[in-house]
Amino acid sequence: MEVRINMTKRLQNDELQKIAREVRRDIIKMIYEAGSGHPGGSLSATEILVALYFGIMDASDKFYLSNGHVCPALYSVMAEKGLIEKKLLSTYVDLGSPLQGHPERTKLKGIESTSGPLGLGLAQAAGFAAIKRDVFIYCMTSDAEHDEGNHWEALNFAAKYNLENLIQFVDRNRIQIEGTTEEIMPLGNLAEKYIASDWNVIEINGNNFDEIFDAVKAAKENRGKPTVIIANTTFGKGVSFMEMNPDWHAKAPNEEEYKKAMEELSR
Amino acid sequence: MKSIRDGFGEALVEIGEKNHDVVVLTADLADSTRVKKFAEKFPDRFFQVGVAEQGLVTIAAGMAEAGKIPFTTSYAVFSPGRTWEQIKVTAALNDLPVKIIGAHAGFGAGMYGATHESLEDIALMRVISNMIVVSPVDFEEAKKATKAITGNKKPTYLRLARQDSPEITKPDDKFEIGKANILIESKNPQVAIIGTGPILAEAIDAAHGLEKNGIEVNIINCHTIKPIDEQAIIRAARTCGAVVTVEEHQIAGGLGGVVAEVLSGSFPVPIEFIGVHDSFGESARDYKELWKKFGLTSPSIVEAVKKVLAKKLE
Repeated sequence: MEVRINMTKRLQNDELQKIAREVRRDIIKMIYEAGSGHPGGSLSATEILVALYFGIMDASDKFYLSNGHVCPALYSVMAEKGLIEKKLLSTYVDLGSPLQGHPERTKLKGIESTSGPLGLGLAQAAGFAAIKRDVFIYCMTSDAEHDEGNHWEALNFAAKYNLENLIQFVDRNRIQIEGTTEEIMPLGNLAEKYIASDWNVIEINGNNFDEIFDAVKAAKENRGKPTVIIANTTFGKGVSFMEMNPDWHAKAPNEEEYKKAMEELSR
Repeated sequence: MKSIRDGFGEALVEIGEKNHDVVVLTADLADSTRVKKFAEKFPDRFFQVGVAEQGLVTIAAGMAEAGKIPFTTSYAVFSPGRTWEQIKVTAALNDLPVKIIGAHAGFGAGMYGATHESLEDIALMRVISNMIVVSPVDFEEAKKATKAITGNKKPTYLRLARQDSPEITKPDDKFEIGKANILIESKNPQVAIIGTGPILAEAIDAAHGLEKNGIEVNIINCHTIKPIDEQAIIRAARTCGAVVTVEEHQIAGGLGGVVAEVLSGSFPVPIEFIGVHDSFGESARDYKELWKKFGLTSPSIVEAVKKVLAKKLE
């Protein structure tokens, strides 16, 4: 089966890094103003989302965000890309806002599927990919949602139906609500598990743009298998006191913390 | 005698010929959910996902997003039994036309025991916003229902019984989602029996017996649980002044609950409920033994009619 390879021209690294920094500032601001949200995962996933929207996805490609709680990052990237108005970001979580606490398909154009409950995204992306074989389907999952059985059901399906147009990023930030992933439910050798499930596996530093783009290029050249890009990232990346600290899974910064975070993100 | 699941399976093949957007997924139950013929005829539109019900529904949601009309089949105890949240979020909240087919609903798989008897599926599905819930009475109605839900553009639950059951409707009888049908209309009805599913055959038996004793009833086939036909229920209550509900399901959250909700707000009359009273099922060689044990057969319905009539005349 022929899959079209058509990489949208990517921006230069310094431009991408500038956007990523802006996105991180938006994330902190949104969560601070709303008084709720998930900063740790939003900050770890930033480079992957920026890369997807600024250089990887065609207009016809689809993106499923499975770990919907990192939607502040997605909303901000959509705003940077001009898909939604930037001023909308300040309405995040407000009554009546299209920017729901977890993203909803029927409330915001550009959201492929309502998400939040974990383990549901890869299956939907796989279902889409099985029907539309001539476009690439991207899906982001968290490492912790690999605890969910639904996710592994999708893994088998994608391999069985040779979904070479399905590219999954696992945001491997090693933190979940109550601690590290290896404390709460060890994932062990995740790459080996995917290899054993007949997936094409690529492991990268998920906060590095060059590695993200190279991985996607390799994924698109791969034939016959779905691809997982295990993206090792830093939880809370860019804000020193949030980095790798599970306390920041779902917590809004207070005024002092907000100022400190914004100061760090403007350097 | 033909089965409701066979009506579904036959209709699905007919639909498959005409509508190329229809795809079928099953969780290792192609034969017993009667989608094997579809699978043989349209292999490119058939997906075997394995014993993976959560995957079944969520993969189907992705296919619906890609423009297809996916029919997902399993036993009702597994889907919607195991897949409630997946259905709520990826089908209903997403507003995608995923069809949830729950087979062996009621006591039909009685030989397998309580784990395989679905007595809660109507309740599970009707509390989900944006969900359509259809429960056909016989083979012919199952065919019509399958066709009707294909084009309704909505997430929809279709409840299928396993066993062969009496033919109650005719091929040219009208079927419209959300519009209840009158099965028996008497001259001087004293009680309205409102029921759903093949258990209505027991209500028809009861009606014939009652008639011999000078008690006339109307019987309403409520094949759609959601949206419920409020007008038909209120009309029945006005005409008869007393109601008996009949279903092969828990009364709580089932048709009995629905009818009570409708009438208590609009036209309160005495009601008696035939159905399962907060109990699990159990094994039996024949589902009819269970119908009898749980008080769903015609003698129980006759008793309920007499009881509600006495209350009405008090």
